[in-house]
Amino acid sequence: MSIYLNKDSRIIVQGMTGGMGAKHTTLMVESGANIVGGVNARKAGTTVELGGKELPVFGTVEEAMKETDANVSVAFVPPAFTKDACIEAIDAEIPLLVVITEGVPVLDTAEVVQYLEGRSTRMIGPNCPGIITPEESLAGITPHTIAGKGPVGLVSKSGTLTYQMMYELKDFGFTTAIGIGGDPIIGTTHIDALEAFENDPETKAIVMIGEIGGDAEERAAAYIKEHVTKPVVGYVAGFTAPEGKTMGHAGAIVSGSSGTAQAKKEALEAAGVKVGKTPSETAALMREILQAL
Amino acid sequence: MEFQAKELFAKHGVATTLGVVAETPEAARAAAEEMGGVTVVKAQVKAGGRGKAGGVKIAKTADEAESYARDIIGMEIKGLRVNRVLVTPATPPVEEYYFSFLLDRSNRSHLCIASVEGGVEIEEVAKTNPDAVKKIRIDALEGVTPEKAAAIVDEAKFPAELRDQAIEMVQNLWKVYVEEDATLVEVNPLARLEGDKLEALDGKVSLDDNASEVRHPDHEQFEIREEADPLEAAAKDKGLNYVKLDGEVGIIGNGAGLVMSTLDVVAYAGEKHGGVKPANFLDIGGGANAQVMANGLHIILGDPQVKSVFVNVFGGITACDEVANGIVGALDILGDEETKPLVVRLDGNNVEEGRRILAEANHPLVTMVDTMDGAADKAAELAHQA
Repeated sequence: MSIYLNKDSRIIVQGMTGGMGAKHTTLMVESGANIVGGVNARKAGTTVELGGKELPVFGTVEEAMKETDANVSVAFVPPAFTKDACIEAIDAEIPLLVVITEGVPVLDTAEVVQYLEGRSTRMIGPNCPGIITPEESLAGITPHTIAGKGPVGLVSKSGTLTYQMMYELKDFGFTTAIGIGGDPIIGTTHIDALEAFENDPETKAIVMIGEIGGDAEERAAAYIKEHVTKPVVGYVAGFTAPEGKTMGHAGAIVSGSSGTAQAKKEALEAAGVKVGKTPSETAALMREILQAL
Repeated sequence: MEFQAKELFAKHGVATTLGVVAETPEAARAAAEEMGGVTVVKAQVKAGGRGKAGGVKIAKTADEAESYARDIIGMEIKGLRVNRVLVTPATPPVEEYYFSFLLDRSNRSHLCIASVEGGVEIEEVAKTNPDAVKKIRIDALEGVTPEKAAAIVDEAKFPAELRDQAIEMVQNLWKVYVEEDATLVEVNPLARLEGDKLEALDGKVSLDDNASEVRHPDHEQFEIREEADPLEAAAKDKGLNYVKLDGEVGIIGNGAGLVMSTLDVVAYAGEKHGGVKPANFLDIGGGANAQVMANGLHIILGDPQVKSVFVNVFGGITACDEVANGIVGALDILGDEETKPLVVRLDGNNVEEGRRILAEANHPLVTMVDTMDGAADKAAELAHQA
């Protein structure tokens, strides 16, 4: 088992023919993920060979879904066009939409998130590495070679910290690792992923990685206290970040006294989550839990 | 800054008085003479609490305006040097209100905050008189329609005789928010002047950098180069994501989360080594080729406070051998410029090959450490010894 993505996932790529899109479609195909086609209105009707696979290009997401039975779309569309690409995929009722694009205007994302309300699509991102269910499927840019299948569920705002944590725990492995993205407004939240991992019988323990900015970690802490029975280990990045400076991710900013790493750590600890001071210490805490299982 | 916010207000029809920006006391005097009567001389910096810090003065004469400007230009407010003042005609408010639109991260939408108690920090009002602070959610798809604007004005209990003016102002402020892609549009105070005229007396606008990049090339004018840190400006020119901090260990890494984490780990390690701290945040992204690495090192070595450099890379899509070649190539490009000890921690895909490449290059200033915590400790130790 896994969350959101598995061996039956049939994936299309919006923006497959662009530089990023082509590179990562190749890597996804090589990982064994079932990529079934791509979308580009200007190249509809053609095919592209990526990773040794001949992939059809469709004019719209709707058409691609009809022809290929796709149920996941990964978007590598430039930021100026990301909103339209998302609305198109949501209108086509794609079950899972993974938006990798970095630099999407936040007002656009706010519109898309509002548009999702009452509709059937789950969106992950934007500005995220996507989601991987090791040995089954990959929808995004996470290197598939880091770790294999295992009992740990991972949810993180950061791409490289996801990779780092997968690497540290590669001898145990993961059900699913999901990078939800570092923007101020995102589709799937920590809470969504925690709920899904709690309900996934294969997931035995959860690592949650947060960072400065907003109050998503505090809200996740409250959720864990109420609803999560599985052990959760946490990590928060950005203790040394100065107030008022954006640290790489558009959402990673301490404003006044809100959004600090300290407050997030305290909230998580109050909810019974063990929080590591460094990624290695966090991995060690998870290791102890897994060895006791 | 206030004068820039007011320019955006005026552009979208929000009633405000622009005034004149003066960078010298003489220019402030000339502006006050031109205006005649009583003027206000206000420090222009990106910080609140300017009044409390002595950065806002009422001048009865042009002489006074010049003298106040002389005091204010050059002073520091919350660590920021004041380089200019705004001179406006003094328009004493009869009443002061508060109004803002902002990005509401918790509810993943927009929020309007309005209060008939303005002129002080809204957080203070929220503490002392929470009922006077109205928070109204804005639907991101519908935005602020005339009906919504009217509902906001009524809920905030703005005086009836100002209702129409307030509704128009709320709609125009929403235009500033949406059309400029702002994450905050704040008016405080929103003033009721003599003759029941509503005016934005002071304001603040925060713009979304992503949107400015995508669709507002004109927003570049709001960046005041001389106020940016020179290293941050140089990094920006190279397309690098760099934030200057106040420490001794230069940091380069890939990925925002990993770099933030690296700063923390170095700060912990520094506690054991004379309290050395991270000198900067620098994310070179996924590529990590020789030129990008060289550009990054060049910026960091330009910081005289830096005593050692910690390169912390996780090889994902770009495997460690490529990163190692990037580091070796960067050291070639930099040549004699590189004089500080460099601690490198590589992990991830193809790590053995990456470490082999670095070991073979055998650069005298490079130390390799296998773990992030160990490498941070070494970098802090080297910075402390230097």
